[in-house]
Amino acid sequence: MSLLAVEGLRVRLPTPGGPVTVVDGVDYEVEPAQVFGIAGESGSGKTVSMLALLGLLPERSSVEGSASFGGRELLGMPRKQLREVSGRELSMVFQDPFTSLHPMLSVGQQLTEHIRLHLGLDRRSAEKRAVELLADVRIPAPEAALRAFPHQFSGGMRQRIAIAIALACRPKLLIADEPTTALDVTVQAGILRLLDRLRHEHELAVVLITHDVGVLSSIADTVSIFYAGRVVESGARDAVLQSPRHPYTRALLDALPHPEAAKEKPLVAIGGAPPTPGQIPPGCAFHPRCRYAVDSCRSEVPPLVRVGERRLACPVDPLHA
Amino acid sequence: MSALELRDVVVDYERRGGGLVRAVAGASLDVDRGRVVGLVGESGCGKSTLARAAVGLVATTGGSVVFEGAPVSTLTRRARPRSLVRLQLVFQNPYSSLNPRRTIGSQIGDGVDASSRAARTARVKELCELVGLPAAAATRFPHEFSGGQRQRVAIARALAAKPSVIVLDEPLASLDASAQAQLANLLRALSRELGLGLLLISHDLAIVRHVADTVSVMYLGTMVETGPTLPLWTSPAHPYSEALIAAVPRPDGRGFLPESLPGEVPDPARPPSGCRFHPRCPYAFDRCRTEEPALVTLADGRAAACWLQAEGSPPAPPAERAANLSAKSTVE
Repeated sequence: MSLLAVEGLRVRLPTPGGPVTVVDGVDYEVEPAQVFGIAGESGSGKTVSMLALLGLLPERSSVEGSASFGGRELLGMPRKQLREVSGRELSMVFQDPFTSLHPMLSVGQQLTEHIRLHLGLDRRSAEKRAVELLADVRIPAPEAALRAFPHQFSGGMRQRIAIAIALACRPKLLIADEPTTALDVTVQAGILRLLDRLRHEHELAVVLITHDVGVLSSIADTVSIFYAGRVVESGARDAVLQSPRHPYTRALLDALPHPEAAKEKPLVAIGGAPPTPGQIPPGCAFHPRCRYAVDSCRSEVPPLVRVGERRLACPVDPLHA
Repeated sequence: MSALELRDVVVDYERRGGGLVRAVAGASLDVDRGRVVGLVGESGCGKSTLARAAVGLVATTGGSVVFEGAPVSTLTRRARPRSLVRLQLVFQNPYSSLNPRRTIGSQIGDGVDASSRAARTARVKELCELVGLPAAAATRFPHEFSGGQRQRVAIARALAAKPSVIVLDEPLASLDASAQAQLANLLRALSRELGLGLLLISHDLAIVRHVADTVSVMYLGTMVETGPTLPLWTSPAHPYSEALIAAVPRPDGRGFLPESLPGEVPDPARPPSGCRFHPRCPYAFDRCRTEEPALVTLADGRAAACWLQAEGSPPAPPAERAANLSAKSTVE
């Protein structure tokens, strides 16, 4: 059974101009000890779809669908109960390690607070556990680090500390939202290797949200490609990234600089820009930018259907070999 | 002679509470018209400071910055000299570099030297088309545009002054993949069509590889390697370049886990002895800890500052050369 199964997730956010649909019917599953990657451009709904599960959306947002985590329904769960699940069995790491840590509290305070609250340990055992956690994410001199403050660490080290806090209660699922975007490539590689090791050693499932397909390609087992609040293609990483079937997936890959492309060939840019929520084109949201679009693409929203090993929302399927 | 020449540039910052920090410690760079030079390195290596020194936004402590034969003076309260108009800068963040209360057209028009209002309008329209913005964009405001389009506006504004060299500080960071690719292609085309020299500062090596003709790799205030882009990428001569390239993830769906480079860029106020990279270098040997290697010319337009490379010889793979060296020393 899947650890997390999301079905028909639909999120509307309040805006001054009225509610706007940001996530429009999204389905996916996350298996235990697997890395599930979500890729998409800004405004594609990838982050909002996760915040919805944790009850972190702004007031007056509306959420429909279901999200079953270890057999329990997360959507509509009473706040108190949700707080017990999230933070303990389900935790999140954010993009910016400069703002996600409290600048006035020592690393030790931030780590042990979490452990004592959720696991009910006394101070001494909590500190012992905190040192283990810091060592686990490879912070040098973990005892000294407990007494240090966030500003004394580099961006990469802060992100490691944020991951240690997220792992404090041995969660089953870690949601990482662009965890390496603010970091240098050399540091990013270290964080990716850390996540890869943790999922093997701790049987941790990871949802990795990123705009960088290269990052997904490194450690994701399965991937979902988001466009304008919907999933356009999903399946095993190898299948989706090596032989993409949705024109958007193909275009996204062609737009990326590939470190092994033979010559100085220009990048194949996708014409136009991704639509903003509230102004999603009718039919397939990608049709104005798609060179394969036919009449039906302009009027009918293509459903995400199983095609062999993957799921695809493109009935035209022009890339099918 | 190159359009923009930086020779042994040194930039010191005063740190709060006293003490000097040498952000750039003797770096050289040439930008020719019609060529794109990529400047790469981790954050904290001094590349943005060097870019600012190149256009006169920060004062240099040593070395020289020469643009079209004349020294680049540091910006003061007085107007920037007329001759420097042809040296332009584009900033990283197009959300803060444009005035939100003025139309795109009037902001681009600031740099246009025109005799009449009609001529100015025509030139603004031409500039919009040049960077791929609709001509109607001129009457609209920055908030009506996406990040990628705003960066086009910033480039059009730089082009208005008919520059020969533009310095771009991380122009592609903070953009989505599709906007990034469009802009990368635009920069390359502009450089060719207008004979523009571009100094492209970026932490994203993969995009630099597509855009730049030559690459300079910077570490802790100095150049550690320079050379034509593709040869440098396929056979890096300096262990730092090698590490940067190995850390780039590949979007090919094959599960390639990029290599991490342990440690971080040290505090420039207290640089390591010898080669500045030695504490993080997997091949460091005794000499690296005591003597700083100079940037020496190798074959084929390449240059590297590493004791593993020999002056005048073709660049050797650092791992191979290091293995040979240690084999030799055990025999001795």
